[in-house]
Amino acid sequence: MSELLLPPEHRYAKIVEQKRNEDGSELSVLNLGPTHPATHGIFQNILLMDGEKILDAEPTIGYIHRAFEKIAENRPFYQVNVLTDRMNYCSSPINNMAWWMTVEKLLEIEVPKRAQYLRVIVMELARITDHLICNSILGVDTGAYTGFLYVFQFREKVYEIYEEICGARLTTNMGRIGGFERDWSEEAFKKLDVFLTDFPVAWKEFENLFERNRIFIDRTVNVGPITAESAMQYGLTGPNLRAAGIDYDVRKAQPYSSYEDFEFDVPVGKSGDTYDRFCVRNAEVWESLSIIKQALAKLPEGPIHADVPDYYLPPKEDVYHNMESLIYHFKIVMGEVPVPVAEIYHPVEGGNGELGFYLVTDGSRTPYRLHFRRPCFIYYQAYTEMIKGGMLSDAIVILSSLNVIAGELDA
Amino acid sequence: MALETAYIQEKLSQKFGNHVLNFEMQRDVFSFEATSETVHEVIQFLKENQDLNFHFLTDLCGVHFPDNDENHQFEVVYHLHNWVENVRIRVRTFLANENPEVDSITDLFLCSNWMERETYDFYGINFKGHPQLKRILNMDEMVSFPMRKEFPMEDSGRTDKDDRFFGRTVANTNK
Repeated sequence: MSELLLPPEHRYAKIVEQKRNEDGSELSVLNLGPTHPATHGIFQNILLMDGEKILDAEPTIGYIHRAFEKIAENRPFYQVNVLTDRMNYCSSPINNMAWWMTVEKLLEIEVPKRAQYLRVIVMELARITDHLICNSILGVDTGAYTGFLYVFQFREKVYEIYEEICGARLTTNMGRIGGFERDWSEEAFKKLDVFLTDFPVAWKEFENLFERNRIFIDRTVNVGPITAESAMQYGLTGPNLRAAGIDYDVRKAQPYSSYEDFEFDVPVGKSGDTYDRFCVRNAEVWESLSIIKQALAKLPEGPIHADVPDYYLPPKEDVYHNMESLIYHFKIVMGEVPVPVAEIYHPVEGGNGELGFYLVTDGSRTPYRLHFRRPCFIYYQAYTEMIKGGMLSDAIVILSSLNVIAGELDA
Repeated sequence: MALETAYIQEKLSQKFGNHVLNFEMQRDVFSFEATSETVHEVIQFLKENQDLNFHFLTDLCGVHFPDNDENHQFEVVYHLHNWVENVRIRVRTFLANENPEVDSITDLFLCSNWMERETYDFYGINFKGHPQLKRILNMDEMVSFPMRKEFPMEDSGRTDKDDRFFGRTVANTNK
């Protein structure tokens, strides 16, 4: 069959032919994806298989490439934000905040403490949803639908909080240069409180459902392990790296947005296999919850944005009655704001690793060059290595546990 | 002992002389330029020298400067990171317009494989010694390098849509 599916110049064709001549074994070629229901997103892998064992894989990416870097070069700074939340759409507030922090670093804006704490809260909420989706989908892929449905309603609750903050749910476009567009409503804090009471109970139950579950352990322990050395070689960051035993976390290494004010641990695994990745994410959710609680307890009063009239839109009433406000409003909306010439790299701890923005400006209204350091674009390279020698069903589980988001992979 | 920028500069200057230049702090990241012939060696030195130990490649990307002179048209930017000392460093190298090429660092960092492919895909920069230098995000049949500044945002010759409905006229399309 494989001759029919494979162009003769493909490198697998040679291997199949050679193996057949050597010992008469029949290798097969399987095209997994690009739109396979078991791969969550658009990933194509051409697998060379011996029975059910994977010998080699060839990933093809770029199916949803949208040229964000090119588009960003033609947009004023505030309009780039909407591109960022379409990358890792499971935790878009982290991407949004990372972008604002990059611009603030460029403009050397000091953001008030309250805004920084609010950013921490929303970023940790985003991290919870990111890990929640990843871990519960991993459950689905091992055959446990219940856990997924059970915790998924809490993602809905978090989206309702986003909605209170910024009006949007998935692609949030939250925040502005210098802080937030408006202070959080009473309702937002109320919903946050309800979430903080209800969610830990459910998350505990979710953990209990999986962590000592015989079937789950059989499916995940020693599946797709990666050593610390090769994890570094392949550029893994985030929970996947920490599962391999390296405690690198941008929030600790290079604290941004006042992360140094909070106490939290960086959970690490040992073997870097699927089970460890699952456990590290579980543990990180608890840390995130603790950070949110600390931030709420210490939340200072004060302004929610820096006093930067050049970049922060004035209140709408002033625009209609006040000349300066009108001018600022016009200039900001048209993107004609003063920007220094600089090169900036700003990393944050995204949902699945170190998310970095490399920004080059030439003093004009748009970025001269903006490069997104997308964590999963870099670590998806290790996927081929990880699935070699495993079963087809392992490949699916490993892909889920790596938390590769198609939108971020292809940008 | 923290890794001082002055020390890094001294080490590099000692080893590579005038092949490394323009040392400066760009905001919070120490940055310098290496000539395109030596950049592979420089990165190898940064990685393998015990004192420097920049063992993690954070990022690799290209930049296009059409307004620069012939020999500085393209830039490849490497971000390296020493996790032990928690120091980042930015290595830049400039390439000529005519057939831009630089040594691949895939032998030093496995993760640079796709990053170099991405840079090739968008800028047409040739990484010598790369095991599989082909397009990664764009389709293989593509002939141009879309992140170069001269590449237009949208094909102005498109006939399959009526531009009047999108507020475009002949006067404002060819920008």
